Parts: sequence; C-alpha cells; structure tokens
Amino acid sequence: MTAVQIVFLAVAALTLAAAVMVVSLRRMMQSALALILALVGVAVIFALLGSGFFAVSQVVVYIGAIAILIIFAVMLTQNSMSPEHSQMNPGFLYAALGSALLFSSLVFILSMWVGFYAIPVNLDPSVDTITVLGLSLTDPQGFALPFEIVSVLLLAALIGGIYIARDHHRD
Amino acid sequence: MGISSGNITPILSILPEILLLILALVVLGLDLGLKKFSPALIGWVTVVGLIFSAIGGVMISGHQSGGLYIWGGMLRQDAAASVFQVIFITGAALTAFFALEDSKCVSAEFYFLLLISTLGMCLLAASSDLIMIYLSLELASIPLYILAGFHYRETSSVEAGLKYMLYGAVASTIMVFGFTFLYGFSGTTQLYAINAAIQTGQIPPMVTTMAVMLILAGVGYKISAVPFHFWAPDVYEGAPTVVAGFISTASKAAGFAVLLRLALTILPVLSPYSPYLLAAMAVASMLVGNLLAINQKNFKRLLAYSSIAQAGYILVGVAASNNLGAAGVTYYLMAYLVTNLTAFALAQVIGQANSNDDISSLAGLTQRSPVLAFSLLVSLLSLGGIPPFAGFVGKLLVFSAGVQAGMAWLVIVAVLNSVLSLYYYLKVLKIAFLDHPRETPLIKIETNSWRIAFIVCLAGILILGVIILPWYGWSITAASSLALY
Repeated sequence: MTAVQIVFLAVAALTLAAAVMVVSLRRMMQSALALILALVGVAVIFALLGSGFFAVSQVVVYIGAIAILIIFAVMLTQNSMSPEHSQMNPGFLYAALGSALLFSSLVFILSMWVGFYAIPVNLDPSVDTITVLGLSLTDPQGFALPFEIVSVLLLAALIGGIYIARDHHRD
Repeated sequence: MGISSGNITPILSILPEILLLILALVVLGLDLGLKKFSPALIGWVTVVGLIFSAIGGVMISGHQSGGLYIWGGMLRQDAAASVFQVIFITGAALTAFFALEDSKCVSAEFYFLLLISTLGMCLLAASSDLIMIYLSLELASIPLYILAGFHYRETSSVEAGLKYMLYGAVASTIMVFGFTFLYGFSGTTQLYAINAAIQTGQIPPMVTTMAVMLILAGVGYKISAVPFHFWAPDVYEGAPTVVAGFISTASKAAGFAVLLRLALTILPVLSPYSPYLLAAMAVASMLVGNLLAINQKNFKRLLAYSSIAQAGYILVGVAASNNLGAAGVTYYLMAYLVTNLTAFALAQVIGQANSNDDISSLAGLTQRSPVLAFSLLVSLLSLGGIPPFAGFVGKLLVFSAGVQAGMAWLVIVAVLNSVLSLYYYLKVLKIAFLDHPRETPLIKIETNSWRIAFIVCLAGILILGVIILPWYGWSITAASSLALY
C-alpha cells in the first residue's frame, strides 16, 4: 500500500465519520462544525486526485463562505431544533443494514471489473488544468450551455428560497 | 467576421428554451409594476408566451428531420425532442390557466417557477450528454419542489414539498452515481459515444447492469414507477392540485422522454437484462398502483396510485424498446397529458367547493353540475382505456409494441391490470352518478381561463381518441428519430 492510499483511506474514513456526525449530533452548532470537517475531507481528496484548483475552491467556497453562513444561520435561529429529541428514526437499523448490503454488493460487483484494480495515472504536469477548465466553460463546443443552465438553476433556487423564507405574515 | 449560418444555428436551435427564459424574466418584471391592476394578467402573458415558444420549437423541427448535435454534443436536435417539448409546453400552458382559478397560486413566483421547470424539461428532452441530462433534470425538479409546497399556510402542502425534495435529492444522487460509472467505463459523457466505448472496453455485463440499475432508480423516481413511487401519494395529496396535475403529467412525460432516449440508445448495449428490468418495473408499478388504488378514500390519492399504474402501462412500451413502443409511449403521454389534467382540474374545483378531496364528497355530482360529471366520466374512462377516448389508443399502441417485441406475457399482465383499474374508476363514477349528495355547496368556476383550459383538455381527449393518424404520424417520426445514430 502506497502512502497516498493510506492517506486516502484515513481521509475518507474521517470524511464519512464527520458526515455521520452531521446528521446524528443533537446540537445544530456541533452538526455545522462536523459539516466543516467533512468538507475539509473532500478538499483533501480533491488534492490527492491532483486537482489543486478544486481543493482550493472547496476550501474558499464551501468552508470559507457557505459553512460560515450556516453557522450564522444556526446562531440566529435559536431553538429551531431542541436537543431533547432523538436523532434516530425507529427504522434506522434496517436502513443501515440496507445501506451496508448495497455498499458491499456494489464493491463486490465492481471488483469483477479490471478497472477496479487499475493504478491511477499521474496527470501530465505540463498541462495547465485551470486554463483547460476555464476555456471549456466558455467554449460553445464545450460546456458553455451547461454553465449557463447552472446560472438559470441558481436563479430559480434563489427565487424559490426567497418565496419560502420571506415573512408571509406581512402580506 | 460576419454572422454565418454556422454561428447562428446553435442559438436558433434552442430558441424555445431562450423564449421560455425571457418569458420567465418578463413575468418577474410584470410583478413589479402591473400586479396591482390585474393579477390574472401574469397568467395570460405566460400562456401567450408559451404558445409562442411552442410555435418556435415546431418551426425549428420543421427544418431539421434527422438528429443534429449542437452545443458540442450537449443537445441532440431531433423530432423526438420537438414533440416532447410541445407536450411539456402544452402541459405548462394548461396548468398556467388552471392555476388562475386557485387564488393562492396567482403570483409571479408561481409562474416563474413553472416556466423554469418547463425550460428544464425541454432541455431534458433534447439532452444527449450525461452532464446535460443531470442538469436539466435538476432544473426541471427543483422549481417543482417549491411549487409542491406553494400553499405555505397548509402543513400538508409544506410536507409535500419537503418530501418531494428529500426523495428527489436521494434519487438524483443515485442516478449521478450511476452516471459516474458510465463515465468511468467509457471515458465519455456523450450518450451516443458511450456505446462504442463500452463495446471495446470488455466490461462484465454484471458491472454495467449495476450502473443501469442505479440510473433507473433516478429516472424511476421521476416517472413514479415502483419501487421508487413512495413520494407520489403524499405529494399529490398535499401539493396544490394544479401542481399535482403538472407533476403527474408533464414531469412524468419528461422522465419518460429521457428514459426512452436511454432505452433506445445505451441500455441495450449496457445490459442484456435491461428489457427485463424495465418489464419488472412495469409489472410492479401496475400491480402496486392498481391494488392500492382500490381502497383509497381521497380522490387525489386515488389519482396518485392510478398515475403509478399508468407509469406501469407506459413502461410496457419502453420495455419493448422498438419503434412502435417508442411511438406508443409518445402517443400515450400526449393522451395522458390531457386526460390526467382534466381529472386534476376536476379535483381542483370540486375540492375548492367542498374544502376536502374525499371521494365520498363527489356524491351526486350529476345533480350539482352535470357538465362536470360528464367530464369526470370522459376523463376516467379515458384513464381506464375505453374507446373512443385518447387513453384507449395509447394503451393499444404500447400493448401491441409489447406483443411485437415478444413480451406477450407482459401484455397479458397489463391487460388484466387495465380491467382491474376499471373497477376503481367505475366506483368513483358510481358515487358521482348514482349516490345522493350529502352536501351541496355550489361548484362555481370563476375564471374564463379555467373554462378555456378545461375545454381544450376535453377536446384533446376526444380528438386524440378519434382522429388518430396525425398524432400517430408525429409519434412515429419522433420514435424513428430517436433510434437514428
């Protein structure tokens, strides 16, 4: 096992554990902090895959901006979730069992494929991946259309969010 | 550099989508200034704009018969995309008119979200790239989550929106997981290039079948097929009735548009078992939908289970995976659009008059409003597949496609299920026609827009059921354009 693999396994385990904590911890603030930990884990995985740009964006956008916003939202909305209630649904054991079964069968089936054992190829260091990314996002023959569609999606989500969140008692 | 036709084609080819986006922004703008004078104006502007974008779409499809890849292969402009776009836009226009009758839905946000969802569906029908499929599916779904919870003062509506969103998020995540496998196997996200890469890749069929199953989970949610149907009854019951009607027709048609494209392109190559997977989903949907519909007390829940069963019949055509099957699915979806919108429009006005959606409150509908009772008869018989209504032709086509594909057993199950479904449709009609009304609040319809849309739907049921050839021609053109490589 190479050093990269060991680091990957450790980070993946940490990310998953943090993700479980997000939904299982009782206090919203602790969940928000666990979410930051999970997002850091994802950033490390991006870095391990040789995608420095995504790692940095992950830190700047998700940890730097979104997580802070979430923390502010938690602090401003007190008692939105009381710590007395259990976070566990009565059927959670069955769900956990089902997920474990699904996961192991996915791994089992995938192990039939040769690509499962392939060793990752290092990226060509002479290629500037950020330039390629930037160009393809604006190239009509590349990803210009999906890029524009994402902006429409964000606009719709924004307006929907405002509709849900606005103070309806006033009108 | 002058503008050559090569530069303008990509823009022109997404003209209906661009018009929809402009229309959505116009609607938002109108809200700022004109809302005070006439709130209904927004609805009328929406419908007129939708008609224009549909005309734009049809005009473009007239120029282009075969498949043309545009925007770097993100979209494939073909007859199937155009026909489905017309279906979605018609559904949106009818829904926009029906919504004017529901005062809590007359707001710019409602029409904006409806238009953006329609835009996503239109893109979905033309998508030929995994990234584009995912994005347009989300663009079609996310506004619907908010629309399902639009009656924010009613707990059931908020619950419907939340449930719809949670199930939708999980389903689309599973689908993207499946897409990542396809990308990993083939190294491309282009739908029409995946086949070649898979065939040279020597990937065990078990592994690709797994990816197919993950993708079917995402699409199965969109079309509310068993076992991904759990959201449907709660969402249909809780959501505003107009929104439930839109979800059950246009949104379902969008799911089938992408499923058809997948079934006629990559699914047969990816997995030899895919027809059987689809057939299994069809059988499960028909059985579960019909059996659970029998005992429903709430009309909207009954329509939800009926809609699950209808997804099963349509899946017979998809499982057949031949030209006739694809044409049958297209025809079925056109017929289903007008039929189910009629049923939901009825549920809307009767529910508003009674302030509940119980089937028992339909009692004596003939005495309270003979016209509505007759319309209920037409729409339920069309859902049950009785000639001369539209639903009959749709069923006939998908079932004959099943026979043609050598799946006679599946068709026998489907026909038996149709008979079963007649039981609960006729039970509703019996209550509406023979029982005496317990309560007789007047059913009043206040808006002309509702009447217009309702007449269009009723006319659609009759026209699609009697004058078959032109629509069948459309469906066949659409079906054969899908399979062309």
